[in-house]
Amino acid sequence: MEIERTTNNPPEAWEYSAAPERFPVSIEETNKLFIDGKFVSPKSRKWFASTNPATDEKLADIATAGGADVNAAVLAAKKALPKWSKLAGSERAKYLYRIARRIQERAREFAVLETLDGGKPIKESRDVDIPLVAQHFFYCAGWADKLEYAFPGREVQPIGVCGQIIPWNFPLMMAAWKLAPAIACGNTCVLKPAETTSLTALRLAEVLQEVELPDGVINILTGAGDTGKHLAEHKMIHKLAFTGSTNVGKMLMRNSAGTGKRLTLELGGKSANIIFADAAIDQAIEGIVSGIYFNQGHVCCAGSRLFVEEPVLEEVIHKLTRRMKSLRIGDPMDKNTDVGAINSRSQLQTIEQYIKTGVAEGGQLHEANNQQLPSRGNWCNPCFFTDIQPSHTIAREEIFGPVLSVMTFRTPEEAISRANNSPYGLAAGVWTEKGSKVFEVAKRLEAGIIWCNSYNQFDAASPFGGFKESGFGREGGMQGLKPYVKLV
Amino acid sequence: MQQQVDTVMVEQRALSFTRRSIKTESKIQGLRLVLSMIDLTTLEGKDSDEKIRSLCRKAITPWEGEITPPLPSVAAVCVYPSLVIIAKRALEGSGVNVASVATGFPSGQFPLSVRIDDVKKAVEAGADEIDMVINRGAFLSGHYGEVAEEIKQVRIACGDAHLKIILETGELETLENVRAASDLVIEAAASAGPIADGEVFIKTSTGKVSPAATMPVTLVMLDAIQSYFDKTGVRIGMKPAGGIRTAKQSLHYLVMVKETLGTDWLTPTLFRFGASSLANDVLRQLVRQHTGRYPANYDFSEA
Repeated sequence: MEIERTTNNPPEAWEYSAAPERFPVSIEETNKLFIDGKFVSPKSRKWFASTNPATDEKLADIATAGGADVNAAVLAAKKALPKWSKLAGSERAKYLYRIARRIQERAREFAVLETLDGGKPIKESRDVDIPLVAQHFFYCAGWADKLEYAFPGREVQPIGVCGQIIPWNFPLMMAAWKLAPAIACGNTCVLKPAETTSLTALRLAEVLQEVELPDGVINILTGAGDTGKHLAEHKMIHKLAFTGSTNVGKMLMRNSAGTGKRLTLELGGKSANIIFADAAIDQAIEGIVSGIYFNQGHVCCAGSRLFVEEPVLEEVIHKLTRRMKSLRIGDPMDKNTDVGAINSRSQLQTIEQYIKTGVAEGGQLHEANNQQLPSRGNWCNPCFFTDIQPSHTIAREEIFGPVLSVMTFRTPEEAISRANNSPYGLAAGVWTEKGSKVFEVAKRLEAGIIWCNSYNQFDAASPFGGFKESGFGREGGMQGLKPYVKLV
Repeated sequence: MQQQVDTVMVEQRALSFTRRSIKTESKIQGLRLVLSMIDLTTLEGKDSDEKIRSLCRKAITPWEGEITPPLPSVAAVCVYPSLVIIAKRALEGSGVNVASVATGFPSGQFPLSVRIDDVKKAVEAGADEIDMVINRGAFLSGHYGEVAEEIKQVRIACGDAHLKIILETGELETLENVRAASDLVIEAAASAGPIADGEVFIKTSTGKVSPAATMPVTLVMLDAIQSYFDKTGVRIGMKPAGGIRTAKQSLHYLVMVKETLGTDWLTPTLFRFGASSLANDVLRQLVRQHTGRYPANYDFSEA
């Protein structure tokens, strides 16, 4: 038998080829305000540029809503309120279902746009953000005609016109978290996205036109802090919902005191991720990584304080270091990118300042992943600090970046007291295979969300919100309807 | 202390590997690598000498068509002990190994002396690699010492032949069991003498029990291999077997190995696929990349 012999190729390092998402998305050069069902030029005549944080390239001009524009939007919402709030719940639900379906149909477009504008990896906008946006509208659609079952024995009425101000870390998802329960409960809205990430909210406005949502039910105003201030202080707003920094939240609370406006705040966090020695360490490493490096750490519930039981500290550091080397940092549009660009230059400067402070205060900086970062755009290598005490600045203040503080504890008591020693109380993670310990520790942690043997799991059916300076009010789940109803 | 395993995050991580986009050059390179890692397998009662010879021919030259650079041979042909002699003759000088299942495959429900004899006969007939099954009955009833002792004796009986230890994860059911069994069998193999890199493999399944290889199960076994490497510097091999039928699935496994154990393990000496139909799907994809069109299933030999 004559068979030509072929030799096995010598093993070479197998690398992934570039895998850019190429779905074409067009962006208008100028993007107007969405008021009363129409795109209108700003009366302020002011515009600002939105850039791609991964390349510093300008994407579009966005309208700045001034006082007169805010007034027009609030009036449109007020005008739409009587009819919308009296519409049968089952009819309102139809619009929400249609919005959800249309978002699913245009999911790829939304994902690409979100990544272009915000810098997060396409993998995350495609697999996490946009699916959750659709899920939120679906979920709230289901409640629209069942509100009396959510609040048994009470009569449920809408609050009225809602002013909603959202951050840049999950732009469209935050819009969905605010808009879906509000309109499901019969309110009308004026939404202001963050100035660095306006594009997906404006694309959502297109969807609202497509599904023929009645004019004025949702109005979308772009702009920076001044626009937000005009909106928050408008006298005809019945309710204000804000997600963002604790400082702004405190200011809003002061300014709205005595006005009769209802307020919900979802603010910052410095969440504790607690690893006990009896945890499944290999899996806990995954929880640490998804806890702090997901979305470049731009996550209000990021597990930015890691507490490790002393006997497993060395193992955790060793495995975390190795795991971080497999994180792929770079072009957010590449489907294999794990960590994308920092959302803005100013946020990058904030993060870099915190890293400097951490080093200056004696922390040991570990940059396990020292990949070559792109020369243009805003980039920060994921990193963690050891030799950190709970009193260090970086262990106390919210950094909102891919920076982790690793600390230790010896007993559950110490873990709980260290975790609770923070002005914030948004989320926490508990890692142990011992069921009784999970419950014992979790019930004593002051945090709105506690994940056991997992982290950063989100679902529209699950309420989200904080303790202490992390805010009040819940979003998502049945509890997320409450901030948008009057119970009589 | 027994290593803890938590299913939710294992599944989440395993799923993340399937989300990698492997296209163009990396796909071609990856599929060539996969082809070189296949243990082309036939384990049927009706296996004939003719079928084994046909399989061996395919193992050496997976596809007769023109393709540059030439396609690699597969790693090994895996057969029952009685057919080792046929395979050995057919593969002579090709560089393709003969692997034989032994130890009363697939159930292992035979007296130890019979199982040891099974191994010796296969080695004498020329097997380069022995795929053994562990005593799941003893493992599940907590007789770990018995499981370990048997593995030690089998490894001694192997002589120079490499040993792949099948956990039959479908019967172990839980990921905790998979991890405990992985740690146990590696230590047991080491107790028979020093292990060179790739001399001992752990393998998921016989292919006779469902579920066979899955990504989460393989991930847990890779974690065990990683731990043993951290402790000793010895590289244990990994062989998922059963249920991996498509080129796409096989690339997911490569991604998993690359992102856990690293590229050191991306070689046939440390990673194998136990499969019968995988090779043809890999060939289809490779020919498609080469010619620009998909060949039909019947364009490839079955064996």
